[in-house]
Amino acid sequence: MSDTSATGPDAVSGPTPDTALRAADGPMLAADGTPLKRSLNRALRAQKMRALLLIAPLLIFILVTFVAPIADMLFRSVENQIVSETLPRTVVALEEEWDDHTVPPNETVYAAMAYDLVEAAERRQHTRLGSRLNYETTGISSLFRRSGRGIDDVGESYAESFIALDPAWEEPATWTALMASETWREEAAVAEANGDDLPRFETAEGIEAFLPETASAYAGFANTIIEEDGDSPEAEEPWNPVYLALYRDLTANPERIDEYRGPESDLLRAAAEAAQGFESVPVIDQFEEIDDGWLDPEVWGTIAAFSGRYTAGYYLAAADLQLTPEGVERQPPDQRIYLLLFKRTLIMSLTITGMCILLGYPVAFLLANLPLRTSNLLMILVLLPFWTSLLVRTSAWKVLLQQEGVINDILVWIGVVADGDRLQLINNQLGTIIAMTHILLPFMILPLYSVMKTVPPSYVRAARSLGATDWTAFWRVYFPQSVPGIGAGSILVFILAIGYYITPELVGGRTGTFISNRIAYHISDSLNWGLGAALGAILLGAVLVLYWTYDRIVGIDNVKLG
Amino acid sequence: MKLKTAMLAGTALLLAAPAAQAQDMADSMTLVSWGGAYQASQVNAYTTPYQEMHPEVEVIWDESSPEAVAGMRAQSEAGNVTWDLVDVEAADAIRLCDEGLAMELDHDEVLAPGDDGSSATDDFGDMIVSDCFVPQIVFSTTFGYRADQVPEGVEPPTGACDVFDLETYPGQRALNRQPIANMEWALLCDGVAYEDVYDVLETEEGIERAFAMLDTIKDETIWWSASAEPIQLLADGEVFMASAYNGRLFSAIVEQDQPIGMAWDWQMFDIDGWVVPADLPEDRLARVMDFLYFATDTQRLADQAAYISYGPARASSAPLVGTHAELGIEMAPHMPTDPNNAENTFVNNYLWWADYRDDLDARFQAWLAQ
Repeated sequence: MSDTSATGPDAVSGPTPDTALRAADGPMLAADGTPLKRSLNRALRAQKMRALLLIAPLLIFILVTFVAPIADMLFRSVENQIVSETLPRTVVALEEEWDDHTVPPNETVYAAMAYDLVEAAERRQHTRLGSRLNYETTGISSLFRRSGRGIDDVGESYAESFIALDPAWEEPATWTALMASETWREEAAVAEANGDDLPRFETAEGIEAFLPETASAYAGFANTIIEEDGDSPEAEEPWNPVYLALYRDLTANPERIDEYRGPESDLLRAAAEAAQGFESVPVIDQFEEIDDGWLDPEVWGTIAAFSGRYTAGYYLAAADLQLTPEGVERQPPDQRIYLLLFKRTLIMSLTITGMCILLGYPVAFLLANLPLRTSNLLMILVLLPFWTSLLVRTSAWKVLLQQEGVINDILVWIGVVADGDRLQLINNQLGTIIAMTHILLPFMILPLYSVMKTVPPSYVRAARSLGATDWTAFWRVYFPQSVPGIGAGSILVFILAIGYYITPELVGGRTGTFISNRIAYHISDSLNWGLGAALGAILLGAVLVLYWTYDRIVGIDNVKLG
Repeated sequence: MKLKTAMLAGTALLLAAPAAQAQDMADSMTLVSWGGAYQASQVNAYTTPYQEMHPEVEVIWDESSPEAVAGMRAQSEAGNVTWDLVDVEAADAIRLCDEGLAMELDHDEVLAPGDDGSSATDDFGDMIVSDCFVPQIVFSTTFGYRADQVPEGVEPPTGACDVFDLETYPGQRALNRQPIANMEWALLCDGVAYEDVYDVLETEEGIERAFAMLDTIKDETIWWSASAEPIQLLADGEVFMASAYNGRLFSAIVEQDQPIGMAWDWQMFDIDGWVVPADLPEDRLARVMDFLYFATDTQRLADQAAYISYGPARASSAPLVGTHAELGIEMAPHMPTDPNNAENTFVNNYLWWADYRDDLDARFQAWLAQ
């Protein structure tokens, strides 16, 4: 069409697409006068839409059940928002105030921890955070659990002092007058009258300038009781740490309070004056009273190191590394396990794949070349175990291979091994390799068989008639044509083997388990889903790399399933 | 006319009232347990009598307790909690409570007092290891041995420390593939005093000492992970001695007549009980609390012991423990809490393990793999 040197169309008069094309600078037009490009596009789009609709159920199914979980898993392996969400003030304070990581941080950090922790304890999130940080440093779990009960005592002496100074400090109304914004109080009054849920608390404009820590701590208190218990700050006395914040604000900058002109200014000024004379109790001592674990710089170091919203910590742990204040280090030798398991998983999966090729090739050859009657019978023998439950087959191997099992019994009976010296065939690597080779064998035989079926027997006959020996005919003519089947079978077996879980768990003993067994442990027992996800992501990456290598060396086009 | 209308309305209200009350409680509940003989004992002792009282209630059993922790987290994250009451071990209950996945309970308020008048908290005593946990039974991890393979002229093994004595009792052993209990046994049998075990285990030398003790039997040991495995290994004669749950050993010995003996010394007590998932809808919560009150009272806990050899968690239930429901034998001597069996025992320190489990498990698995 685009070949304009054609001669035929010149003889035609009237608007043909060709003349239209040559007529001009304008676009090529379709028969109905619309630009051809657009009308083609429209037709194509309709077709594509129809195709898309046809595959839509499958596409949605794959997106929802396959792509989304994998994306979620990858996200989990770096996600670490729990620290900064549960301890927002502490994370900031540690960043700004803590320089020397060999000693505990200063008062400001401890105070920030008190405000965060009391809120987290009321929201029952402190133990969750404790479990998360316990993955990194042993002991933090119980530190947070114990502290959840004691944290409300922090600031108690200040609360008593303020209330002794003026009982108004005990009144919830004093606090809302001081802290709450006009709009919030109006909205809260309306909500209360209608019996609705209270709106989110808002602090009064400008109060942060005078009482920064108190405003933050009080807002945390107010929102927590509104959200958790449905209580109103107008009816509840603040927690003790809020009084700690008030004391710290008033003593840090007493002069500034003189400029305060908002509600309750007299009360506040009087408190600022008196606060100088209150007995000062260092926050750090109050924390020590709850649990002396809080004096350990390692605890603070862990919180600081894992304060980011995203962390490489899970990946480091999955590679037997750890994040220390001095940087990334290897785990001590007696705690390295994951690299060993990755290596073992790869080597054993390759061994199993190799065993499957060795055992599967002759079977597939027989299947493809025996007369139909015999090969059908053989096919049933291959497929029967394929249809049997995985657990049944694994258990059957236990019965066969164990020391008091069938194989050892026979060996003892024919006198190959002594009764007291039975062979250890299971609960080790050998057991895993034997059982998994058997279980995965059909995945090798079936692709091999379907490829061998397509190899025309005439080729081998031709080779033989040209003088090749049996071996040469097989090796030079038949085997190369069956290689795509080996490729397909190997990929299937290897990828299945690398993620195998139940068979190694049951017959692997201590030396024959795979990385998947640790992943399962972290998902279902330790609840360390982040580490489980990181291990899974590494496994996924390893498979993709191997697949890519395979494609470069063998070529994925050389893989045939039939 | 007006009077009649009023009366009609009143009748309607009266009729509606019970209906409304019934609506407040869900008509079905999903209970999660361990399957097997244990779940059967719960059906016999708890749900069957409960359903006789409330025929409208449908009980669905889910045998997912081995994956309960992961399952509850997954359900909570998906915002679709389908379980109503979950049977877990105490350690898992602590974890679930820490994670906010299980509901905190006021034990005195939601549970029946003991039939001797004691409050629920007093009756359960130390068994309440977490605010979220309602204990049901005490079980123990203890040892079984092949009675027919005891060497001639040697006393049969009596407890955990005989596992480490390869000279007197040659043959393979089977132990649980996790640090909990094994580390404690290793130290106890290496001469550490009972009250010092966890202090020693907190130190580097203590951990090394425990591993050194375990090293002596490492190559002679099959490490099991499913609780049916050690029983099978004993029954097949694969191992001479195996750690296992006492209830499973009981049924192998008494119900299946296997030549297995029990070695009770230094058995490790553990507790199993219920947790209620957090954030249940009101009607389901009301039903589950009603059931929980019934199923954990003194008589029900004692009834369960007629079907399985686990001790009831209430002190007040112990005198009511009778005979096996089918075999008619006295159950008390088979209970881990029986004085003859409980000369030396230790209690799994859950809170300690909540801290050290992640760390020690990594080391234990690394030790196993090397």
